[in-house]
Amino acid sequence: MKLSIEQIRSEFPILSQTAYGKPLVYFDNAATTQKPVCVIKALSDYYTSLNSNVHRGAHYLSIKASEAYENVRRQIQHFLHAGYAHEIVFTRGTTESINLVAATYGRKFIGVADEIIISHIEHHSNIVPWQMLCEEKGAKLKVIPVFDNGELDFEAFLNLLNERTRLLALTHVSNTLGTIVPVQKYIEAAHQCGVLVLIDGAQAAAHMKIDVQELDCDFYGFSGHKAYGPMGIGVLYGKEKWLNAMPPYQGGGEMILNVSFEKSTYNELPYKFEAGTPNVADAIALGKALEYIGELGVDQIEKREKELLDYLTQRLTEIPDIRIIGTASEKTSIVSFLIGEIHPYDAGTIIDRFGIAVRTGNHCNQPIMDRFGVPGTIRASLAFYNTTEEIDRLIEAIEKVKQMFA
Amino acid sequence: MSKTVEDIEKEIVAEFDIYDDWLDRYNYLIEIGKYLPLIDPTYKIESNLIHGCQSRVWLHAEMQDGRVVFSADSDAVITRGIISLLIRALSNQTPDDIMAAPLKFITLIGLKEHLSPSRSNGLISMVKQMKFYALAFKSK
Repeated sequence: MKLSIEQIRSEFPILSQTAYGKPLVYFDNAATTQKPVCVIKALSDYYTSLNSNVHRGAHYLSIKASEAYENVRRQIQHFLHAGYAHEIVFTRGTTESINLVAATYGRKFIGVADEIIISHIEHHSNIVPWQMLCEEKGAKLKVIPVFDNGELDFEAFLNLLNERTRLLALTHVSNTLGTIVPVQKYIEAAHQCGVLVLIDGAQAAAHMKIDVQELDCDFYGFSGHKAYGPMGIGVLYGKEKWLNAMPPYQGGGEMILNVSFEKSTYNELPYKFEAGTPNVADAIALGKALEYIGELGVDQIEKREKELLDYLTQRLTEIPDIRIIGTASEKTSIVSFLIGEIHPYDAGTIIDRFGIAVRTGNHCNQPIMDRFGVPGTIRASLAFYNTTEEIDRLIEAIEKVKQMFA
Repeated sequence: MSKTVEDIEKEIVAEFDIYDDWLDRYNYLIEIGKYLPLIDPTYKIESNLIHGCQSRVWLHAEMQDGRVVFSADSDAVITRGIISLLIRALSNQTPDDIMAAPLKFITLIGLKEHLSPSRSNGLISMVKQMKFYALAFKSK
């Protein structure tokens, strides 16, 4: 990386805090990443000098704000390597992106006895919207099984595909196990059967290069706040042809062309899916986050996070009784583990008191916990601003946990 | 005459006051949690289970001579430690005293975070459930 770790960390003010009197170690990046100064500043700059409603007022501020908002859309288009800016829809986050597809594409094109395929390692937000749709439509949910190492069973997936399959909703990276799913081959196989594919990119964006045209996925969703941007802003990419074929999501201002009491006509893409005043401030700040990531270089981020992953995995493996859940050959810097028979809640409570933020519990992933027969895990998820010294501190805390609960 | 909830709360606070360091307090709590047999296995059933995202709690209550007797367990040791303190304070008390119990000791011994909704460990639901049981027995 061009920048030193000190330079990088100085861009993230929250990282220099203390927790319980100890320097904060933030290892909960899969839940949300911290924000660089440029993102924080973009938010206050927007409300200081740009705040105005977009796309409607023909006045100075509104034109400026609309331009800034639409520039971010183009930026995201390039970030995802999408063909057109109008294939980028702003949402509240990945959860809303998935719900949007379920509520529009799903309601219109999925019917009785149709099948939707998901995998065993999906986040609840890529399970429940489909379950709700299946319940409403009388459709069936099929699940790709997972091997003990956290990789998905591709052969089993091929066997699930049939003439009733309408959609595959698949995560790019497991939020619990860190598994990078080789989504491309799943997409190819699905397309051969005429099945559309939605990819949940919440844990992939900002950790690896994403090229939706190369992947050829039909939909791709990610969250701004997991990509160093603000909370409350997310993205849905959809192929133009599908977005055009889909009915609108919510009704309101902005998404219409003409309104009369007899009939309203809907606006063109992407506005058809963006009813009401959009989250302009957070969108603009997300633009700053993507700019920041671009300057660091996604390939450099990936390289550094791989080094951190390898170091953490190695240090954990040195401790007897540590059980890592998820040992796929391709992983992002997410490590779920258990310390002997110690309950994750107990371990997490003590680790927290050492000023180290890890997540414990089921990580919105109950089926995975059942699959591996554990009550939950301790999850350390690293980002490029973390250090090997911080990992050493986690290891020390784990040693202490072992002593206390021995 | 058995001890009042308030007396017991004071006792617990005094016991924890011996320890200055958070680590020692947790160690004490872990000891309490480790060695206290809490619930008859026949009551460790789904219908007595209080779900939390982080840890699970089983709670059983019955009425004996006008007082509510609680027993409980958890799969996490720290949770179990706190449970045993709650049971010590509330078990064998009258429904009225249970409903009125302030349970300030949790805050006073520095374990308030475990009773915050954000921990989702089943403890806050357990306290609610204990008070519900008291109310239910009272109105019987």
